[in-house]
Amino acid sequence: MSAAQQQATEGDDGYNFAYLDEQTKRMIRRCLLKAVAVPGYQVPFGGREMPLPYGWGTGGMQVTASIIGRDDTLKVIDQGADDTTNAVNIRRFFARVAEVPTTESTAEASIVQTRHRVPEDPMREDQIIVYQVPQPEPLRPLEPREIECRKMHAYKEYGLMQVSLYEDIARFGEIATSYSYPVMVGDRYLMSPTPIPKFDNPKMDDFPALQLFGAGREKRIYAIPPYTKVKSLDFDDHPFAVQQWEEDCALCGAEDTFLDEVILDDQGGKMYVCSDSHYCARRRAEGHEGKLSESAARAYAAAVGAAEEEEA
Amino acid sequence: MYVAVKGGEQAILNSHKLIAEERRGDTEVPELSLAQIKEQMQLAVDRVMTEGSLYDRDLAALAIKQAQGDLLEAIFLLRAYRTTLTRFGESEPIDTSCMAVRRRISAAYKDLPGGQVLGPSYDYTHRLLDFALAAEEGVGAPEAEAAEAGVDESIPRVTDILNHEGLIEEETALDGDAGAVADLTREPLRFPAGRDLRLQNLARGDEGFLLALGYSTQRGYGRNHPFAGEIRLGEVAVEFVPEELGFPIELGEITVTECQMINQFAGSAGRPPQFTRGYGLSFGHCERKTMAMALVDRALRARELDETVEYPAQDEEFVLYHSDNVEASGFVQHLKLPHYVDFQSELQLIRSLRRRHDEEQQEAAE
Repeated sequence: MSAAQQQATEGDDGYNFAYLDEQTKRMIRRCLLKAVAVPGYQVPFGGREMPLPYGWGTGGMQVTASIIGRDDTLKVIDQGADDTTNAVNIRRFFARVAEVPTTESTAEASIVQTRHRVPEDPMREDQIIVYQVPQPEPLRPLEPREIECRKMHAYKEYGLMQVSLYEDIARFGEIATSYSYPVMVGDRYLMSPTPIPKFDNPKMDDFPALQLFGAGREKRIYAIPPYTKVKSLDFDDHPFAVQQWEEDCALCGAEDTFLDEVILDDQGGKMYVCSDSHYCARRRAEGHEGKLSESAARAYAAAVGAAEEEEA
Repeated sequence: MYVAVKGGEQAILNSHKLIAEERRGDTEVPELSLAQIKEQMQLAVDRVMTEGSLYDRDLAALAIKQAQGDLLEAIFLLRAYRTTLTRFGESEPIDTSCMAVRRRISAAYKDLPGGQVLGPSYDYTHRLLDFALAAEEGVGAPEAEAAEAGVDESIPRVTDILNHEGLIEEETALDGDAGAVADLTREPLRFPAGRDLRLQNLARGDEGFLLALGYSTQRGYGRNHPFAGEIRLGEVAVEFVPEELGFPIELGEITVTECQMINQFAGSAGRPPQFTRGYGLSFGHCERKTMAMALVDRALRARELDETVEYPAQDEEFVLYHSDNVEASGFVQHLKLPHYVDFQSELQLIRSLRRRHDEEQQEAAE
């Protein structure tokens, strides 16, 4: 390695650029290439121990660490928000070990690492979204054994999943899966979209950006190349449908976003706000208003303030 | 402006300051040194090295101090450090028959070549709190007398003695590509797993988990009639063959505990009745761990020995996927992370299901 390269790959604290050593990154990139070549197929990879706990995004972090370069701009979200503790912590990690600029804006980011949401803003061909995956195996709730699951994928034998969905309809009148709703990728592999709400499933279909999935603890990587068909499982007489809210975002008035329910008091008072915090903030900056923007903000601040005082 | 329940950067930094303060405790009390941990909490250091997969007493002591004595957290710290180290090769297999033995016992024979060496052990202590250890002036410099006759330099393993008569199965080399030992720190677990991979997983596995599983086999969940053929503790040389030399050189010594379980086996169509083996090995002195490991290792050989796999300890996916306490601790505790998007989705679903339920009840009533 030349001195210039050495300099290029040395990061903070004597760790390599983006923490992982170059051999490991190469191994992960090879797995990523395989994953892109076989959309929806779970590629086993030699996952490394990361300095964050398993289950907290180590898979997504290893994927991000393997693809990130000095010219990248990183956005990290958890539950759609940029300011939740884990998102802050992962962003802080990459700002430290890769010294890349970070952003809260979906449009400005070249890489978006996410847990549990797909951003509301559309993404482009020159962007990559990296999902943190707790359980990559969509069949796991039905079949705990890895050997069996791999066989079912190999034979495209997904009857068990269809039966399970059918049983839901028979018992509840609808499919009782609201997140981690299974999808078929490229008409071949059954895939877990990760615990995103089923609201986000349709976004994955024909998506312009490359979608990468990293499961650290389970040591699997999978991918959806741009413009790939992603279909949520359903039945002709029970077509797939996403969640809908009777209210709009109380702050920005958005009618078509995933809403979080915010409890305002202990009397059943609540409001709904966009889960995508950047999207909501941008709309408000553009002058959109929800029915409660001012008063809700005050009520919420008062409620949270009161709770904090009690704790103290 | 509305903000979601927010743990900004400042909160995280403040939390770190708080743990630093709590870790130090009362400043009137002298601060714990790494040397004290290393010398006086050796068994904790040994466990952290074993499950942390890194033989370094100083770093293990540091991890224990940093983790405020939380050994699982210390193991995690050591693992996260280990993963950044370069692997420059594989050592030669250690030879435990050439161990400088400090403790060696067999429950299978009353006397045997090399003798029984009780060594340091809590086994025959009366578990009475020793208030002398609480004395301000300390315990001074206790010293054990050296035996008149030293311990033999090379002590044959009990399993090797049994082997002369063919009463115990041969320990055979790896199936398939001989020499290539699996390494789950580089490659993901794959099933069916070879014994090398299983043993590596068990060696890194959580002592508590293996203890419970091993215990379950004794109580009937996969019974395989074990005898503690031999347990030995001592120092062994680690040798390495550098490519440019072509012959092994000694890198140093490590302390290990080894347990060889002897288990009954009735034989099968292809094999005569003979004893079978279960194996346990750890860094340092981790006797309970190696015994539990040996029981679980034997239980996991069910498939290979044509035994019915019907209990948790015999189920390799169950055991190997759940033995790692770094993985388990992370995933259990990730439930602390926000899940409000999923929870909101479930809220919606349950409201819809309840609405439907109420409607059906009403219809039925009418």
